[in-house]
Parts: sequence; structure tokens; C-alpha cells
Amino acid sequence: MTANWTIDGVREALAARKVSARELVGEFYRRITARNPELNAYLALSPERAYAQADKVDALVATGRPLPPLAGAPIAIKDVISTRGITTTCGSRILQNYVPPYDATAVERLEAAGAVMLGKTNCDEFAMGSSNENSAYGPVKNPAAPDRVPGGSSGGSAAVVAAGLAVASLGTDTGGSIRQPGALCGIAAMMGSYGRVSRYGLIAFASSLDRIGPLATNVRDIATMMQVIAGRDTNDATSTTAPVPDYRAEIDKPIKGLRIGIPKEYFGVGMDEGVRKKIAAGIEIYKKLGCTLIDIRMPHTDYAIATYYIIATAEASSNLARYDGVRYGMRAEGDSLLSMYRKTRGSGFGPEVKRRIVLGTYVLSAGYYDAYYLKGQKVRSLIAQDFREAFTKVDAILTPTSPVPAFRLGERTADPLQMYLADIYTVTGSLAGVPGISVPCGKIDGKLPVGLQIFGPTFGEARVLQLAHAFEQADGASV
Amino acid sequence: MKISREDVVRVAELAYLDLSADELENYRKQIDEILEYIGKLDELDTSNVEPMAQVLTDDQTADATLREDVEVPCGLAGEILKQAPDPEPPYFRVPKVIER
Repeated sequence: MTANWTIDGVREALAARKVSARELVGEFYRRITARNPELNAYLALSPERAYAQADKVDALVATGRPLPPLAGAPIAIKDVISTRGITTTCGSRILQNYVPPYDATAVERLEAAGAVMLGKTNCDEFAMGSSNENSAYGPVKNPAAPDRVPGGSSGGSAAVVAAGLAVASLGTDTGGSIRQPGALCGIAAMMGSYGRVSRYGLIAFASSLDRIGPLATNVRDIATMMQVIAGRDTNDATSTTAPVPDYRAEIDKPIKGLRIGIPKEYFGVGMDEGVRKKIAAGIEIYKKLGCTLIDIRMPHTDYAIATYYIIATAEASSNLARYDGVRYGMRAEGDSLLSMYRKTRGSGFGPEVKRRIVLGTYVLSAGYYDAYYLKGQKVRSLIAQDFREAFTKVDAILTPTSPVPAFRLGERTADPLQMYLADIYTVTGSLAGVPGISVPCGKIDGKLPVGLQIFGPTFGEARVLQLAHAFEQADGASV
Repeated sequence: MKISREDVVRVAELAYLDLSADELENYRKQIDEILEYIGKLDELDTSNVEPMAQVLTDDQTADATLREDVEVPCGLAGEILKQAPDPEPPYFRVPKVIER
């Protein structure tokens, strides 16, 4: 049994009858039993559903007909994404036993393409965090260094792929929550443009920022996952009508001559020296591949974190108002309706969530709305403009994904603002709505993974994937 | 100081959050620090900037026409009620609403 499966590898092995889908599921559950207690990456497993799907795939293999793109691929789903019949907790006590009555569109599409869902992955509570230390169900450990964080909020989704406990996974990205854990765990991780993938079934954190996206061991698998989940969904009015290109065909296109912008603002203070060296080596690879590297300015970069933490928390305070103990989730007893709301929310939410609800409510409240929320919306326009202007000069933008490699558990939990600053390179793209990928770019001292981030223009996922794929093929992961 | 204890109490009331005295003080301090940081947005002149209320433009998201308002059956009521902390089908039961 191969140690390192890819989506294509699984499909080919099934077609060649080297392994059955059922055997593969068994193998992955064995690995999970062995390693998950240490990593705490999975919160729930779905063996009934997994084996039922595997049997369907095996029956299809037996007919000799061509297999769908994700046939038999063991996949993990972040626990903020609705899965019918399988608990979906959002890493929170307040949804401790919540079982959605429907599947998210992205999950439906993966299964329709033959994917086998193994289980739900741990994450920061309601996707709020950069280290997976905000989960009510305990932190996730980084498989590359188990005394360190995997990143967040999709820490579980990144860890399971890095540890070989799933071939690929779905995560969500609001301010960096797919890309940053991808970088810290040493795997490929992508968010498409806002609106590229339906948010139907994604339990909302910040509705103008949330995106579902794939994590995998290689860029081709990312392209395959994107291919399957992207596209208009009438259940999500913010999903785009723009057609989905053939990403799997696009990624092999040559990148020679493409112009890559290096924004000065992303290479200033605050970057770990080890990260700086690896990214510099990564830039050399693109030079060797024949790309033109161009210095650019993105003058509003330094305002992105402040903007993000106004808008995201404001939207969160609205989206989390629904957790009141009435229709689903946990209820704490109260002698009146309002007392029940207060006690349920006070005890059901963790500290980071409560902090953000307080901040978000404050910036929206009478007397402060103009100074904070409206101001934030205006600065967001300026940040989006930085990207639009950059893309008149370059085809893609290259930055580090994270200013630091995986930090130790507990290292940043005392000071929320310190934790927020871990997102400095990722939130910009979130605010602007553009697509971004993180690809492995070496390991500091041979141990701590570094991620290189590429932003593309809105709906420029194909270009982003081309550049990422070429980097991977040129062995960028070994710089 | 950008945010007072009274501010946090008022906001916690608006957001229906029961906070302990410790939580009140901790959040006040932390949010104060965050608001201080957020103050840097004042460095920017945004008097002629439109707020970014939508991420995508109309032609990127809207279909040409609105959809027809057609009723389709949704058979999930039973499953949904099963999730409730205190269901009495077809209702969600809650504590008595008491006048404030």
C-alpha cells in the first residue's frame, strides 16, 4: 500500500484493480486510529457514509466505465461545513451535537465526483483564529513539529493532509485560514476568488470574506478539487456566473514570460529571517523559469489588518446572533427567554468568539458606525484598488504566506493582537476578493515548513495554479 | 482609553452575552488595545472613497432576471425539529418571555 496517495494516483490504482475503494478507506481509518489521538485533527469520523460511498465507487470500477475525477479519494471536511447526518460543531460547544439536515454544495459536488468523506476536521471556533488553539475541542498539533501549531483556522484540514490521514481536504478562508495552515504544515492550499465556490452550507463567519477551498499534497490535486467544487450555485446568490475553466488542462501551460509582482510592503519588518531566505530562494526559481520579476507598490497593505478586524468582526457579530439556544445547539437554562439567550451565548461561546462579537457589535453601534465600520469599508475599497492597479502591471503577485513559521503552542495566546498580526500577508487578498494559493517553499533548518503565496486577479485561478504548478515541478518545495 | 467598562457592558447587552466581571475587564483591555491599533485607519483620507459594500459586481453574480417565486416542498421540518433543545413539534419551546 503506497504511503503517499494523490487523487490521480487513487483513481489510477482503482482502475488498475490494484486496490479497492473499500480497502483504501480501511487503510486511512487505520492511520487515523494510530495518529489522530496525538494530532487531534479529526473531530468526527463518518465510516458508515465512507464505506457506503466506497462500495458505490467499487461497483462503478467493476463496470469498467471511466471513473469520475475524485473516485475513491479519501477526503476530510472542515467542521464549519455542513454535512448531512454528520456532526458539525464549528469547533464550538454551542453546536456540540448539531447534526445538519443537509450537505453543503461543495460537499455534494465532491461526493458526486466520487470522493469519500472520512470525517470532519478540527478548527478554530467558528473559523476565528490563526493557530487552531481556539477550538473548544483542544488544539491540533502540527505533524511537522507536534509541539507547534498547525496554523488556523483550518488547522485540522491542513494537518490531516500533511500527516497522510486524508488525500485532500476542504478548508475555509476568511483572512488566511486555508493558506496559512497550508504554509505552516508544508502543503498546497488554495482559496479561489470570492464567489468562485458556493458558500451554501458553510456556517457563516463573515459573509463578504468567507470562502471554501482545497488543501492537498500537490497542485494538480488542488486543481482537480477546484474544478469539482467551483461554479455557479443558485443556492448562493453571491456565487459567480463566470464559467469554470478546465483547471487541470490549464495548469500545464507554460509560465515563461509571465510578470510577477513583488510588493515592497510585504518584505519589510516583521518577517522571520528563515522565512525571508526561503522566499528569496523561491523567487530565484521563478527567475530561472523565465518569469519577469517586477517591484511593485501596494500602498494600503499596512492598513489591511485593521480593516479586516473591523469588517470581519462586524459581520461575525451579525452572523453569530442566531446562536441563541432556540432552534439548535446547546441551551443553557434561564428563567426568561432573554436570560436564556445571555447564558447560552455566554457559556457556549469561547473567549475569542466572544471578544470578536463584542468588538464587532461595538464597531457597528450607534455613534461608532461611521468612525469604524464605514471607514473600514472605504479602506477596503482602497486595498482592492491596490490589487486592481497591480494587475495592470503584472500577471500575479508573489509574497510570503506567513511572516513566521509554525510557532509553539501557547506562544501567541496571551495577546490577541499578536495573533491577529500573523495574518498580515493573507488578509489583503481576502479583503480584495482575489484568489490566492500557498505552495511549499522549503523548510527552515529542514524542519519548519515555509509557504510561498501567489495572488491572481479575480477569477484568475488558472494563472495562479499554473504558477504554483510550475514552482512545484521545479522542486520549489526543496529550496 | 478608547473603550470603557460601561461600553463593554452596553455592547454585551446588545449582543446577549453574559460576561463575568473578569471577562468584562479582560475584554475591555484587549479591545482597547485593538481599537488603538485600528485607529491607524485615521491616517487615510477616505473622503472621496466609496465603501466596498459588495465584493463582486452585478454582472459577475446576477442572472439576467430574477427567478420565479415558485414554492417547492421542503421535507426537512421533522429533521430540523429533532435538533432543537426543546422541541414540541411543530414548535420550538422556549422559556416565557417576560416584560423587561
